[in-house]
Amino acid sequence: MKIAVCVKRTPDTETRIKIAADGRSIDESGVKFVLNPYDEYAVEEALALKEKAGAGEVVVVALGADAAQETLRTALAMGADRGILLRPSGSTDDPYVVARALADELGAAEYDLVLFGKLAIDDYHHGVGTMVAALMDLPCVSAISALELADGHGTARREIEGGVEVVEFDLPAVLTADKGLNEPRYPALRGIMMAKKKPLEVKDVTVADGGVEVTALTLPAARAEGRIVGEGADAVPALVDALRNEAKVL
Amino acid sequence: MANVLVVAEQRDGAVKRVSMEAIAAVRSVADVSGGAVHVLVVGPPATATDDLTGSGADTVFRALGDEAALYQADLYAATAAARAEASDAALVLVAATALGKDLAPRIAARLGCGLVADVSTLERSDDGLVATRAVYSAKAMMTVRLTGRRSVVSVRPNAFTPLERGDAPSVEDMALASVSARARTVRVEQPEQAALDVAEASVVVSGGRGLKEPAHFALVEELAAALGGAVGASRAVVDAGWRPHAEQVGQTGKTVSPSLYVAVGISGAVQHLAGMRTSQVIVAINKDKDAPIFKVADYGIVGDLFEIVPRLTEEIRTIKEQ
Ligand SMILES: Cc1cc2nc3c(=O)[nH]c(=O)nc-3n(C[C@H](O)[C@H](O)[C@H](O)COP(=O)(O)OP(=O)(O)OC[C@H]3O[C@@H](n4cnc5c(N)ncnc54)[C@H](O)[C@@H]3O)c2cc1C
Ligand SMILES: Nc1ncnc2c1ncn2[C@@H]1O[C@H](COP(=O)(O)O)[C@@H](O)[C@H]1O
Repeated sequence: MKIAVCVKRTPDTETRIKIAADGRSIDESGVKFVLNPYDEYAVEEALALKEKAGAGEVVVVALGADAAQETLRTALAMGADRGILLRPSGSTDDPYVVARALADELGAAEYDLVLFGKLAIDDYHHGVGTMVAALMDLPCVSAISALELADGHGTARREIEGGVEVVEFDLPAVLTADKGLNEPRYPALRGIMMAKKKPLEVKDVTVADGGVEVTALTLPAARAEGRIVGEGADAVPALVDALRNEAKVL
Repeated sequence: MANVLVVAEQRDGAVKRVSMEAIAAVRSVADVSGGAVHVLVVGPPATATDDLTGSGADTVFRALGDEAALYQADLYAATAAARAEASDAALVLVAATALGKDLAPRIAARLGCGLVADVSTLERSDDGLVATRAVYSAKAMMTVRLTGRRSVVSVRPNAFTPLERGDAPSVEDMALASVSARARTVRVEQPEQAALDVAEASVVVSGGRGLKEPAHFALVEELAAALGGAVGASRAVVDAGWRPHAEQVGQTGKTVSPSLYVAVGISGAVQHLAGMRTSQVIVAINKDKDAPIFKVADYGIVGDLFEIVPRLTEEIRTIKEQ
């Protein structure tokens, strides 16, 4: 089983966001970066599948600046076999551009499965995995919370509003991981030591022009100062009154 | 001038409200550019499109068939991409639901164009088309400019209000695309009692660890029922097995932006806020006056939820009966 997992370097969820001087990105100083949480599920799934098959290779791929090597090393420490860093020549504001670059790289090798997170917790596109699938003309199930594979095909489950969709697909395929798929392992010390010696290839790639340009990043408009209407059950009438007459939501 | 295409979503044969919202989001853009609003409805043969009367749609295209009864990603995406080409659409909109989040990128990839996900505003400015969207767990707002000849945009539910215009759209039938689907949705499993989904509800009442035990969630359910809303949950109680993951609000759960969000016994961790911060009105009930949830709440009551919530439910019921 040969599996590729696309991984992204993202700020830790606890990070306090500060806007950089350019007004269109975050100030990275003091920010802790992690392997995108949904990508952890994807890496875990790949490793578990390889272990179950008893043979195979797990390749982790990231598009980004040199700093993303650290992210790849984290995935290698979890157990992936080798990493590929693609350094883009230009803007990756448009997720289509990211998907194109990844699809070009992934298309050059034959994988049985290509895994993604369902979402990167920085840019929230929820799209790169499904786009790569469409570009590579592979079947794809997104945001899966359960997976079963058999010979040449598989079944995945994905949560939708008010239910669960059950999707059957043929291999090779692209899948994007949601919470619930598995419990990602922590890299063990041994894994961290071994990761340092695992191959990590760095390539410069030319990216296409995108159709989306980030012009500004701002802190969310401070919510109008809220107020405590009171304490205990006695405050309920005041709350109801405010919801009815001020907020007009009742 | 350039047209726009809204790919509507149907469930049980009726077009969803979120699709009307997507039409509303793009109608004014079309008015400025002088283009028409085309709406594509993909679904089973019995799908009714009457609800699109007055929504702002100029033409409704129906691509109906038994094979489209369930959401089949490749079939839907290929049909939508074909329609976008035929309509010469500069913008393709879908609602950012579970279906839309899956479909939008597939359409964009097929059309070879840019994607802007989960927008809460969309406007034509001197700079061209500009959209805003919540990023970094809703800790920042991103403004983007759509520079391509064509773009696919998904629209955050509850961010736009459906229009009420009198005119009925013209309706045309079109064929579903033919695809060799190597991924097939075989069934949708629904829980025995189909509950209103948090992601779609205009009122959400969420409970957290402050409820102390699963049985006490009845308090949250009753308040939600009184308000006509859905029940949500924090991750702490989902991980504890008290509530299903489908109800989880936040970073690793669902993103909601209802008109009213009530947080009961929820501390307001950043990962929870990520999923509900953009709600229109937030109410917090918590015994700890320093709980972070109060920082985003419009209205708060400090105190014991076991006393406050039943009283609140009672008052709401009284109002609703009037
Ligand atoms: C990667 C990652 C992703 C995460 N994703 C999510 C997510 O999607 N959604 C999410 O919710 N969390 C998420 N979390 C977890 C999050 O950090 C918090 O742990 C969680 O939200 C806490 O849930 P809670 O507010 O129910 O519990 P607690 O933090 O324990 O809060 C309980 C609250 O109840 C109050 N309370 C107790 N008794 C009473 C009473 N009698 N009356 C009134 N108030 C009372 C307390 O004052 C307290 O504020 C994530 C964490 C990580 C690391
Ligand atoms: N720059 C990147 N490098 C590698 N993988 C990425 C990159 N951006 C996104 N991905 C993958 O695509 C998934 C969805 O990301 P997004 O569509 O940006 O929300 C992520 O969980 C990753 O698996």
